[in-house]
Amino acid sequence: MEEKKILVLLRQMFAGEIKNVSTTLGDDVLVIDKEALLPLVKFLNNKPHEYNMLLDLTCVDYMGEEPRFEMVYHLFSLSQNKRIRIKARLREKDLSIASLTTIWKNANWLEREIFDLFGVHFEGHPDLRRIFMYDGFEGNPLRKDYPLRKRQPRIRLRK
Amino acid sequence: MATRIQKEARPDTMLLNMGPSHPAMHGTIRIMLELDGERILNSEVEVGYLHRGFEKQCENRTYFNLLPYTDRLNYVSPLINNLGYVMTIEKMLGVEVPQRAQYIRVIMSELSRISDHLTCLAAMAMECGAFTVFLYKMKAREFIWDVIEQTTGARMTTSYIRIGGVRADLEPNFAAALEKAIKETRLVLKDVHGLLDKNKIFLNRTRDVAVMTPENAIAYGWTGPCLRSTGVYYDVRKAHPYLTYDRLSFEVPLGERGDNFDRYMVRMKEMDQSLRIIEQAAQYLPRTPDEVMAQAVEPAEAIKASRQKKVRVGIKLSPNLEGSEKDKYKGILSASKGYAVPAKEDTYTSIEGLIKHFKFFMRGHGIRPPKGEVYFSVEGGNGELGYYIVSDGTDRPYRLHLRAPCFHIVAALEHLIKGRYVADVIPTFGSMNMIGGELDR
Repeated sequence: MEEKKILVLLRQMFAGEIKNVSTTLGDDVLVIDKEALLPLVKFLNNKPHEYNMLLDLTCVDYMGEEPRFEMVYHLFSLSQNKRIRIKARLREKDLSIASLTTIWKNANWLEREIFDLFGVHFEGHPDLRRIFMYDGFEGNPLRKDYPLRKRQPRIRLRK
Repeated sequence: MATRIQKEARPDTMLLNMGPSHPAMHGTIRIMLELDGERILNSEVEVGYLHRGFEKQCENRTYFNLLPYTDRLNYVSPLINNLGYVMTIEKMLGVEVPQRAQYIRVIMSELSRISDHLTCLAAMAMECGAFTVFLYKMKAREFIWDVIEQTTGARMTTSYIRIGGVRADLEPNFAAALEKAIKETRLVLKDVHGLLDKNKIFLNRTRDVAVMTPENAIAYGWTGPCLRSTGVYYDVRKAHPYLTYDRLSFEVPLGERGDNFDRYMVRMKEMDQSLRIIEQAAQYLPRTPDEVMAQAVEPAEAIKASRQKKVRVGIKLSPNLEGSEKDKYKGILSASKGYAVPAKEDTYTSIEGLIKHFKFFMRGHGIRPPKGEVYFSVEGGNGELGYYIVSDGTDRPYRLHLRAPCFHIVAALEHLIKGRYVADVIPTFGSMNMIGGELDR
């Protein structure tokens, strides 16, 4: 019952930005507008809810749908032992979302990973570079339109 | 192309590369240090040398076929990776797993955890000069891997834990082998405590070196032994109990200072607790009836007989052989149909069995979880090992994302070594237990 309470509260507070609230397979899920991400996350991070851990951050490419990309955040509250999933859709034309590096330090690398593999731009990230792929890699490998066995052009030997 | 540190470095300092191939960097990772004398002013950690597109590969494999890829994530404790993946799918499908399989899974994942911690601490101790400890721990790991090899048929690439249960039943002499491994590991742990706990050289290099505060550990998303070394109580086995962990009694060791020594100590104590768990689980393990094996016939006889009519009795096969006796499936695989590989004697002796077999492996058939998404995590050797899987109702995942505990831990390395000496990088890096397969995916 406690779990429901926070969802109801969030729905009241962010009435305009929250599109959908549900519980699937034991996890609370919030679907929000991307503009609401930072205020919502700040609210959840503070007391009394204390979702103080950014467990995971990833992206899903729904090619053919509009908006195409979906950012997925998993927050965890140590004091309440609860997880929450926040999802926000991004349009392909405006592929950017607020960076969470000001709140969580591991967001730095996690966002670099998404930038590298999906090409999502994070506003306010201090050092947005590729992390797994090398400089000079063409494309974003985890996008659905990137073929599994695509070859990359040769890169010049570093001087 | 210049990296960040090359641009930012002061002109009077020295830039030094550590890695990607450095004897102390077990795993390929590159640390670029900006040095003033021997003091580290700044550093930059570069990962990705072992990136092999795990997530992309998984999107192009069926749910059953991608299991071997999970072995190669944390290659020191592959069974826990198998477990995490399999349990995520089971959560999606809502599969009930038999008790015996659950206890086997507990035993196997705790054995893996011990082997993980042993490897981490062995390498860390060796890099601090304690070669004896390295050899002792490798010896203990051998005993544990003997048990794993006997049960799964492989030392590292196990693929043993399957959707719906486990692949094969335990060997008849499993209990004896397990007992031996536990006894030997206990002895080694005792020896290592004696060698390192009050060892001046080891203490100087680990005590109060690379101290992590609890607040920072949480902000970096640390989990597992590294988080617990800072004094934060969080263990997935206690917070979100899975399998039968809620029925087994064990403690969660905590550190106080969050330095290298605490990370060592927490791992040592955790191994003790894992041994406790294994002993309990081995005791509670439901037995399979012996009469199943009694009337079984030799494979050759069964094949001969099957040419005339359908064979109704069991076939004597090694329990490790893939697709073992149908009767044994009851204890180790879910009763619901369609989640496990059909029994081999059916496949080879009846046309219905053959059809079932093909339906299981054929493209577009097999395991097809309902549309939706799921996140599930288990306590891996390094911390919370989570899988986020999006299913679109077909036989292969639409998106599979791994929450690698290592990734969050190594992200904090720059912060931990800042202002320390070059020599401190080695034990700090060792105590983090960076595993390339999991970090770079």
